Amino acid sequence: MALFRFVKRSEVNGKTSTKIRVIAILLALIASGIFILLLKENPISVYGSMIKGSFGDPYKVKQTMIKAIPLVITSLGISIAFKMQFWNIGGEGQIIMGAFCASGIALKFPSMPKPLLLILMVIGGIIGGGLWSLIPAFFKAKWKTNETIVTLMMNYIALKWVTYLQYGPWKDPKAMGFPKIANFSDNAVLPKLFGIHIGWVIALAMVVIVYIFMNKTKKGYEVSVLGESENTARYAGININKTIIIALFISGGLCGLTGMIQASAVSNTLSTEIAGGVGYTAIIVSWLSFLSAPAILLVSILFAALLQGGAFIQIVYGIPNAAALIIQAMILFFVLGSEFFVRYKLVIKKELTVEGGQE
Amino acid sequence: MSNLPYVQMKGIRKSFGKVIANNNVNLEVNCGEIHALLGENGAGKSTLMNMLSGVYTPDGGSIFIHGKEVKFSSPKDAIKAGIGMIYQHFKLVEAMTAKENIVLGQKSGFFTNDNRVQSKIKEISEKYGLDVDLNKKVQDMSVGEKQIVEILKVLYRGADILVLDEPTTVFTPQETEKLFVIMNKMKEQGCAIIFITHKMDEVMAVSDRITVLRKGETAATVKKESTSPKQLADLMVGRVVDLKINRVEAKYGEAILQVKDLKVRDKEGAAVLKGIDIQVREGEILGLAGIANSGQKELCEAVVGIQSIQSGEIVFEGQSIVGKSTRQIIDKGISMSFIPEDRLGMGLVANMDMVDNIMLKDYHHQKGLILNRKPVIEKANRIKKELNVQTPDIHHQIRDLSGGNIQKILLGRELDSNPRLLIMAYPTRGLDINTCCTIYDLMNEQKKKGVGILFIAEDLDVLMQLSDKIAVMCNGEITGIVNPQNTTKEELGLLMVGQKIEAKEGDGIV
Repeated sequence: MALFRFVKRSEVNGKTSTKIRVIAILLALIASGIFILLLKENPISVYGSMIKGSFGDPYKVKQTMIKAIPLVITSLGISIAFKMQFWNIGGEGQIIMGAFCASGIALKFPSMPKPLLLILMVIGGIIGGGLWSLIPAFFKAKWKTNETIVTLMMNYIALKWVTYLQYGPWKDPKAMGFPKIANFSDNAVLPKLFGIHIGWVIALAMVVIVYIFMNKTKKGYEVSVLGESENTARYAGININKTIIIALFISGGLCGLTGMIQASAVSNTLSTEIAGGVGYTAIIVSWLSFLSAPAILLVSILFAALLQGGAFIQIVYGIPNAAALIIQAMILFFVLGSEFFVRYKLVIKKELTVEGGQE
Repeated sequence: MSNLPYVQMKGIRKSFGKVIANNNVNLEVNCGEIHALLGENGAGKSTLMNMLSGVYTPDGGSIFIHGKEVKFSSPKDAIKAGIGMIYQHFKLVEAMTAKENIVLGQKSGFFTNDNRVQSKIKEISEKYGLDVDLNKKVQDMSVGEKQIVEILKVLYRGADILVLDEPTTVFTPQETEKLFVIMNKMKEQGCAIIFITHKMDEVMAVSDRITVLRKGETAATVKKESTSPKQLADLMVGRVVDLKINRVEAKYGEAILQVKDLKVRDKEGAAVLKGIDIQVREGEILGLAGIANSGQKELCEAVVGIQSIQSGEIVFEGQSIVGKSTRQIIDKGISMSFIPEDRLGMGLVANMDMVDNIMLKDYHHQKGLILNRKPVIEKANRIKKELNVQTPDIHHQIRDLSGGNIQKILLGRELDSNPRLLIMAYPTRGLDINTCCTIYDLMNEQKKKGVGILFIAEDLDVLMQLSDKIAVMCNGEITGIVNPQNTTKEELGLLMVGQKIEAKEGDGIV
């Protein structure tokens, strides 16, 4: 018979939960440290190198930021859907479709004036991603389909669609048979500000906009109420289907915007690697940030640093990049696991008849 | 062995946070006995059975099975001890056949011996007269068949103590009849059966002894022969507590709400409201009595437009409101506060603060896209002061507040909207006497202002003291509308369990 049991905490205060989460991250680092030890390296110096690799000099900081931009915007998008308890794991597909629409415009009008072309591409990206997420939203509103499955499956459809374009109709004839889509004209490439493409400005702006949307607008309020309880939403007279559709369009639209930024500023073309798993990493980021926009900014930068630092230790120590991914996974595992302890506490069971009752 | 009771629960205590669900509960069930466990919703029946089946661990007291003390740490232990729970909502895998469901989760080798399983099930089903097609998929079964599978499942696992949790809720009378035959057969075979219900006629039909729970405590254990439905109703509801609440004599005005022949079906297509006729006038409190789940919730929801109706009319101030959106109905001045068992239900959002909860129903009146919380904050502070809401801060998540304070927030919001019609379901559920009185005073104040109130409660004393008229519901029907001043609790009790007495004509029947 178990000697301990879990008891629901009657009150959860901010201090305890922060403490528990910090402990979780430390435990994750210790666990990954053991793993690094197994690789016969010194964990502390490996961690040190990771920090150096991601923030060590201006170039590295830039690289980290470039990795953080898509994470920020996509996580913001996903967090809106998650707030509504709509499990949009289709960020990947929505990024790809956003990139597809933006690329279509870029390839079609290569010589259009730069500002106009870029604005059109942004709109195209948002609409592409937004519409892609509207499909599962519509199904859910209409027939109560499971959005997790639908959004996931639609990722593959999007990916295969771009593969088809890359090998078929959009294949660049000048690429000497290499299956690749033509590069954008200069007009379709986002400009730089302080050495990093302007996506970082967009990302910061989006953090502010999403924060205002979620906390200060009626629609944002409706999304939160609906996420808490559909019954309450109905009781308050909220139009549930309309709210689902609007929130998902915004959610997918932000992912689509990421696609546009990546295609325009980073790869200068459309390819199957355009999303590169950002749609999935963003799920982790949103969770770890508890769906709060400012936290997403911070966590995205940390995650980008992990990725960048992971690439760095690969060179310095010859450790596989996968090691960095393991650290990422550990952090997620421990932090999500710690949620249980935020809500419950462990009680050592003494005698059954001991005075319990009051907490 | 046979003279030891199969189940003995002594001095069981269980609390959830500050809510005491069971306190000093005693229950004894013998071999070859059908023992009914009777009590209103929230009386602690389910909690007690969850401890017997190992889902919860008691905070105090002891459980003896077949004379041996047990301490279950999981439902598995309880199954091993021979306890079979049959829940109201079946725990079956829809896509599997009856046989697969019965065998599921059993310890066995990698391969199952189909023939042996088959013959064992057959043996059991013959012994107890359980007739079901073993190769039929659960999804194709009627509720009666599903229940038989559930019973077979626990018997197959060797249970000789069966707990049936409100088994007849979704049954037709014929299916109920059939179940009773099976229960009697199991009893003959020496099983101990605990039968949870709040239907009085069923209790009188099958049980040998009856334990009544009230407010988490054992009210009494009685033999069927020496009791009557009336006595049981008394035990369930409890004796008069003087709350010193007064009925305010008010001048009735025009009819505010008229519900005519309202019929509602639930998602499964079962009739939950079977032609309801009620009327509430200005300045009148219409009490609605009835055992939980008799259709009160559906009635409330139909009036505010959450529940779609099958037929009938709902007229508010002379205008039909059938088919209007919830928002339109709210704007007309109908307020509903329904306090469910978990206290939060659909009126409030647990993870939001007082401010966000208070604006839930009128935020959409604000102009533009951006929410202005300033006036709401003022309102929240006012409600906090007026109703003495105990919260560290109006920006504190309401989930951390006590049930009473959460209820005050809900009621404060509803009263603040200056409604014409107040629907209050269980507004004082689980509150201490003082807070109850505050809420009753508030209701009387509204009544004086000429507001019509539909007041749903479990406590008959309160209903009788506050209401101008009491309508009694049972099983989706109004079994009688009486004047509380010349009726007795016993009469109400009988109406609540569906025994239609000849209503006293002219006693305010509309």
